[in-house]
This record gives sequence, structure tokens and C-alpha cells, in this order.
Amino acid sequence: MVVPSRKLQDLIEEIRGAKTQAQEREVIQKECAHIRASFRDGDPLHRHRQLAKLLYVHMLGYPAHFGQMECLKLIASPRFTDKRVGYLGAMLLLDERQDAHLLITNSIKNDLNQGIQVVQGLALCTLSTVGSAEMCRDLATEVEKLLLQPGSYVRKKAVLTAVHMIRKVPELSNIFLPPCAQLLHERHHGILLGTITLITELCERSPAALKHFQKVVPQLVQILRTLVTTGYSTEHSISGVSDPFLQVQILRLLRILGRNHEESSDTMNDLLAQVATNTDTSRNAGNAVLFETVLTIMDIRSATGLRVLAVNILGRFLLNSDKNIRYVALTSLLRMVQSDHSAVQRHRPTVVECLREVDASLSRRALELSLALVNSSNVRAMTQELQSFLESCSPDLRADCASGILLAAERFAPTKRWHIDTILRVLTTAGTHVRDDAVANLTQLIGGAQELHAYSVRRLYSALAEDISQQPLVQVAAWCIGEYGDLLLEGSCEETEPLQVEEEDVLDLLEKVLQSHMSLPATRGYALTALMKLSTRLRGDNNRIRQVVSIYGSCLDMELQQRAVEYNTLFRKYDHMRAAILEKMPLVERGGTQDEEIKESKEAQLSEASLVPTEPQASELLDLLDLLDGTSGAAQPPPPLEPSPGDVLVHLLDLPCDLPSASPPPASIPNLRVFEREGLQLNLSFVRPPGTPALLLITITAINTSEADVIHFICQAAVPKSFQLQLQAPSGDTVPAHSGLPVTQLLRILNPNKAPLRLKLRLTYNHFGQSVQEIFEVNNLPMETWQ
Amino acid sequence: MQFMLLFSRQGKLRLQKWYISLSDKEKKKITRELVQTILARKPKMCNFLEWRDLKIVYKRYASLYFCCAIEDQENELITLEIIHRYVELLDKYFGSVCELDIIFNFEKAYFILDEFLLGGEVQETSKKNVLKAIEQADLLQEVINSNIPRTLLQVILVY
Repeated sequence: MVVPSRKLQDLIEEIRGAKTQAQEREVIQKECAHIRASFRDGDPLHRHRQLAKLLYVHMLGYPAHFGQMECLKLIASPRFTDKRVGYLGAMLLLDERQDAHLLITNSIKNDLNQGIQVVQGLALCTLSTVGSAEMCRDLATEVEKLLLQPGSYVRKKAVLTAVHMIRKVPELSNIFLPPCAQLLHERHHGILLGTITLITELCERSPAALKHFQKVVPQLVQILRTLVTTGYSTEHSISGVSDPFLQVQILRLLRILGRNHEESSDTMNDLLAQVATNTDTSRNAGNAVLFETVLTIMDIRSATGLRVLAVNILGRFLLNSDKNIRYVALTSLLRMVQSDHSAVQRHRPTVVECLREVDASLSRRALELSLALVNSSNVRAMTQELQSFLESCSPDLRADCASGILLAAERFAPTKRWHIDTILRVLTTAGTHVRDDAVANLTQLIGGAQELHAYSVRRLYSALAEDISQQPLVQVAAWCIGEYGDLLLEGSCEETEPLQVEEEDVLDLLEKVLQSHMSLPATRGYALTALMKLSTRLRGDNNRIRQVVSIYGSCLDMELQQRAVEYNTLFRKYDHMRAAILEKMPLVERGGTQDEEIKESKEAQLSEASLVPTEPQASELLDLLDLLDGTSGAAQPPPPLEPSPGDVLVHLLDLPCDLPSASPPPASIPNLRVFEREGLQLNLSFVRPPGTPALLLITITAINTSEADVIHFICQAAVPKSFQLQLQAPSGDTVPAHSGLPVTQLLRILNPNKAPLRLKLRLTYNHFGQSVQEIFEVNNLPMETWQ
Repeated sequence: MQFMLLFSRQGKLRLQKWYISLSDKEKKKITRELVQTILARKPKMCNFLEWRDLKIVYKRYASLYFCCAIEDQENELITLEIIHRYVELLDKYFGSVCELDIIFNFEKAYFILDEFLLGGEVQETSKKNVLKAIEQADLLQEVINSNIPRTLLQVILVY
């Protein structure tokens, strides 16, 4: 037979007495077995006790779903004890996604219709906790009836149950909207609070309800005024503030009603000023009301003076000794920094002060707000503050802070010099935390400021000498040393400390970077290229550089190896061209969006623009040749090209490194614009490498200034038969609009007989949705191209 | 308010009230996550934290943590008052409440909460009214347990 069931307290005692998890599990398993047995036997007298025990076990995380049906039985029982525990169980164990919960609908209905208030209360409470949409629809009329019952105990619960029902089934608003007007006359705080919550819910859900309730604004204002002025009752006041719960709820509703509504906003103006000035702020309750008032003032169409008052209250909050209040102040100021920038700006010193908070959630807020407050007039001072914050802040804020400073510097930098200094400082303090694009941005910035080249390279050299672990810093430094190494060695630069650098020191440093285990492959690539570039900038001999480069020819990293091998070839076979190839990087045009810039500069420096030379389609080329050599009967295929020295050279030119792809030619032949149509321009630039007089390199640059991209862009060329032509693959087949990254293509022409050059081009592309084909001869080619 | 949790310094759950519908699994996951996060915070930190798209307001009273999840537009400071009021109610009901009271009478802790909040909203701002309601329900429970005739019961209930 059934073992006499144990009391709840005894069970809890035993569970708490368990020494280990295993022991606890054992006790609970045994007890659960008892409870199950008791449920099975249907022992109605002890059912509530068994369920209570099960609920305790459930809280400890053990399965308790087998108690669901017992909840139903208890709820249906006439005994109050049973009902009380049954409803509690239902709220904890039933889930509206399982159909079982619908089984209590009928019991709730019965209990709502029954006259006993406590039972009605239990039913309403359960309904507003686990009531699903279906239940709400079924029981809406019962709840509606209870809204206007005489007893305040049931009424306040019915009002909040209505709130839950609207959340679940918005259509039920129609039933619950009409009684609100009458409920608003109630004096009982519970009912009044519930009614205001209900109206808030209705207004947030439908514009029609919002309009409807705009006419009760005067009434709400009156309720709040009475509340504020009548002093306090012991029953409802908290530390001298009369019913802050009710005040906050009214203020929140006023905010919704006054938003974008001039008339309502006017009505509440005076009251808000009154609450804002008279609330006792010595305790949290008063501050809660004040905070809500500020939010309302900022959200409605309030008078300017009032808005300033509100921001000043938040400014005062920032000085409060309670960190919670400082937190809400920072959060709210952050929200209004866009709409009331100058008012918030006035509290900048206090905000900056908050950067020193030890609590990370506060200092994070202060950081966000400080960054939002940076503008062109305070950028120097603010950056200073942020930099010192960056040095001391917790690691998880460092990345945000670093990128914030970089962004602010980008937007408001007063001078280039300052900008470079700022980025440099961020890179030295928080190098590992910055995003990749910082490197590209800084190199571009330095490249564009010619007067600062010497200064930058010196600063970077010193920084690098101190620390070679911060990858972005090392990359920028290596790049600059490579580009402007000559300036580094040249001696004094009045803006920095006198720095005597020997060639050997520079090479030592770069080698150290190459060898350091902390260096990323990309960083090593920068360093290797820098060394290579230095080979033309140093006065001494290049043996050491050649040695280092050849060592990396057998490096395991493929990218590095490829570079090294290519550079090696450059030393050995094409030494005469090395100087031209290793020229300084041309300035990158700034324009377009940030992203494009980053892409551009990256592409210019390190991307693997994979230019696989493809042979132009023979047949089309033949057609073109026909055009030129109309007299020579049947067209012959162009003579096969021997792998010539130029091949490798061309590869090198296309390679990632810092080799200029569109650099000014050594023997300057003026550029030539050969085509212009609807914003698409084609320019030719010419290079005749010294030492190979028969060779002419033509770079075709297509740029598009129009609104639409040029797609499927193909450019083909033809020359008379006495010439040899090799057409390299273009850098892309889309010429982006708004002068985006241009498409370039290289032509290699061998002219052994120094015959006058004739060149014919065929363009096909798609622009503004139309396909275009153009064939034309370039007839004003400069004489220098062949003589 | 979306839910309220009470847990001990050791991370043991003492009360859970969910005003939104979630699966058991999800509830356990949330509880575990929040208990861990909050217990890891230092005492001098502020009482708010952002978590998923909710704001968490928590406060420690002796060995118990009270933790509420509220939505973005809700007021953190008044939520602290709600927690405090609930603590006051427990204190009045049990007479200087301690964690053990809540462990051994967890169902009472739920009953008190249900008289103070309903569907996640404050329903009664008077401490007196909340306690009166609980006392009457307790009284009713005792009366029934001592098998007083039903007619008498009706008399008591009218009060």
C-alpha cells in the first residue's frame, strides 16, 4: 500500500542534507517514484502536498512534467488549498505550446464566474501568466465582466489580465478599450495603475487608440499633479515620493501620447517642469521618477527650456554617487546626442570624467558617448583623453576605443601631421586591436602628404626600433622605410629628435622583423618588399639585401617565396630596370567611399591581383589585322612569340608588391587620351624601357566618370605585321562608375625595325544597358614611341 | 517585465517566474547563463546589464540575488524599486526574511509575488493591501483544512 506521504518540509530538509550530487539525485529519484505512485493511486487528500514537493524538485532542475495532469485535477477541486497549489503548479509546469494547457480553460472559466474573490484572483493570475491566445479568446468576455465588478481586489487583477490578453490577441482591444474611460476615475492606486498600463498597451498597438486617448491627457495630467502635490500617504509613498510606480507609469503614457503631438505636449509642459524641479532626489525612488520625466521631456514636443532642463538633470545624474544613476544618465545622453547635440556637448567634461569608471559597463557607455561628442573643435582635447583611456582600459574595450579614435581622426583631423601622429599613437598603444584597414589608411595618408614623408618615416623607424610585436605598426613602418628609406638616412629633419641612422641599422631592423616569430606572413612580405626597395635607395652595395632576398627564395610560405624569387630575378636578370620598377608608389587618388579607398590602397600594396596572361582570341585579332593590312591578302596568324625577357618583367609589373602599375615612365612620353564617350575614357601611357630599344610598353587605362558601371569591357589591339604585339589580360572587365578603380591593360609591342607605329583598338562593352562596339585607329601616336 | 529569478550566491535557483512563454530547455539555458554572468560581477559594479535584447536589473540582498529582465523602454531604476518592494513584502510576511524561509516556504514566496505583480506588471502599490490579501488567503486555507462548514466559510470570505 501507499507509504504515508512525507511533508514538503521534510523532503527539503533531506535534500539539503545530501552530501553529494549523487546523493541528492538518489533522494529525489526515490521521492519522485513515491509521488508518481501516489498520483497513480489517485489520493485526493494528499495530492496538493505531492504536487508541492514536485514543484520543489522541479526548481532544482529535475523533470516534473508528469505533474501536469495533477495540476488540472487540483484546480478542479472545490478545496481552496488544492486550488492554490494547483494554480501555482499550472503556472510553473504548463506550457502554452502543449495542448495540455487548454484543459484548464474550463476550470478557469468556472472559477471566474464563481463569486469567491480569492479564487477569482488565482484564476486571473494564472490566466495572465500562462494564458495562450486561444485561452484569451475563450475567456475575454469573463474578464471584461470582472473589469466593472465592485471589489477592487478582483478588478485590479482583471485590468492587468486584459493587458496580457491584448498582448496575446491584439483584436481584443475592441473589448477592453471602452471601459478604460470609466476605470480612469478610480481612486484605488492598483486599479489606476493597471488602467494606465492597459491604456499604454492599447496606444502602442493602434494609432486609432492613440488618437482616442489623446483627449484624456488633461485628466492624466490632473492625476499626476494631485499625486505630486498632495504630499505623501504612508501607504503609497517610498522615501518621500508618493507612489513612484504610479508616477512612472503615468509619465510613460504621457510620453506616448505627447510624441509628435503639439497640443498634448503643450498640456503636459508645466506639469513636467513641476515634476522635474520638485522631485526629491535623495533616494532611488525619486530618481526613478525624475529619470522617467526626463525621458518624456526628450521624447515629446516640449519647450526648449524644458529640454535643456532635462539634459541638465542627466548632467547632474552623471555626478551622482550612485553608479546606477550614472549608468542611466550615460545611456540616455547617448540616445539624445543626435537630437540635442549642443545640450549634451555641455556635459562633455563630466562624460570624459566617467571614462575613469572602474565598472566596465559604465566606462563602455562613457566611451561610446565620448566618441559621439567628438567634433572638429574639440578633436584634439578629446583624442588626448581617449588615448589615455586606450592605454588603461580593459582589453575588451580596446578594439572599440582604437577604431573609434581612428574614425574620429579620419573625420575631424585638423592637420595631416596630427592625423598621422594620432594613428601612430593608436598603433603603438593598441596595435594588436586595430582593424586591418588602419594599415591601409595610414600608408595612404602618409603617401599623400609629401611634406611629411621624412617626418613619418623617422617616427615610424623609432617606433619600430622599440617594438616589433605590434603587427599593424610593423607593417606601416616597413612600408614607409621601404618607400622613404632615403629620407630616413638623409640626416636631420627639424620636426623630430635628431636621429642618426646608419644603413646597417635599418637593414638589421628589417631582418629582425623578417626573422621574428611574432611576425605574420603579411608583415614579412612588407619587410621583404621594403628591403627590396631599399636596394635602390641606399648608397652602399646591395650584397646584404641580395643575400637576404635569396634566403627567402626557399621560404616555406608560398607568397613570401614567390616574392623572393621574383626579386631575385630582378637583381640578376633585370638589374638595369630595377630602379624604375622600384620607384616610389604613386599617390592613390582619394575619392568614393571609404571602402573603395581601402580596397584601392590594399590592392595597390598587397593584394594578389591575379593577372594570368591570356592569349587574345586569335580569330578576332585576325580580323583586326585585316583591317590594318588590307593589302596583304589572306591573313596569317601572328608569329609565335618567343618567351622574351619582357615576359618576366611584365609579370613583375603586375605583381602585388609596391611596383607601380601606372607609374610615370622613365623616358617621359606624354600620355594620350584616345577615346571618350559617355564618361568612359581611355588613356594610353607609354614606356620604353632603357636597354631594350625595340620594346614599347603601352598601358591602357580605362576610367569611368559616369553614373553607371561599364561592364563586359574588352579592349583588343592590332598592329601592322612588322610589329609583334602581346596583349596582356586586363585588370578586370568592369569599369566602376564615379571614377572607381580604373581597369588597366598592358600592351607589349616589339618594333625591331623602328617602323612608324600604327595601332588599332577595338572596344566592346556594355554601358547603360546598351552594348557598344567601337573600332578606331590611334592616329596621333607620339613619335617617341618608335624613334 | 519578462521574468524574475531568485538565486543564491552558490547559484542555486530559489524562485523563477516567467511572464513570457519559453520551452523548459530555453528557460534552463537562460537561467544558467544569467546566474553565471551575475555571480561573476563584482559588488561595486552597477546593477544593470544588457543581455540579448533585454535589460537585466539585479540586486543582491544578503545571500540572495534578485534578478529581473525588462524590455528596452522600461525604467531600470523603478525596477530596482520593484525588487526592493518585493523584498520588503517577504520581510514583513516572514519577519526578517532569510534565504531559508524562502527555501522552505517557496510556495509562499510565489503567492506573495503573485499579489504584487501580475503578468509582469505591478498590480498593487500598497504593501498593506498585498499582505492583507495573503493573510486572507492563508486564513482561508487553514479554515478549510480544519473542516469548518461551508456556510461559515462564505461568511469569512465576505469580510
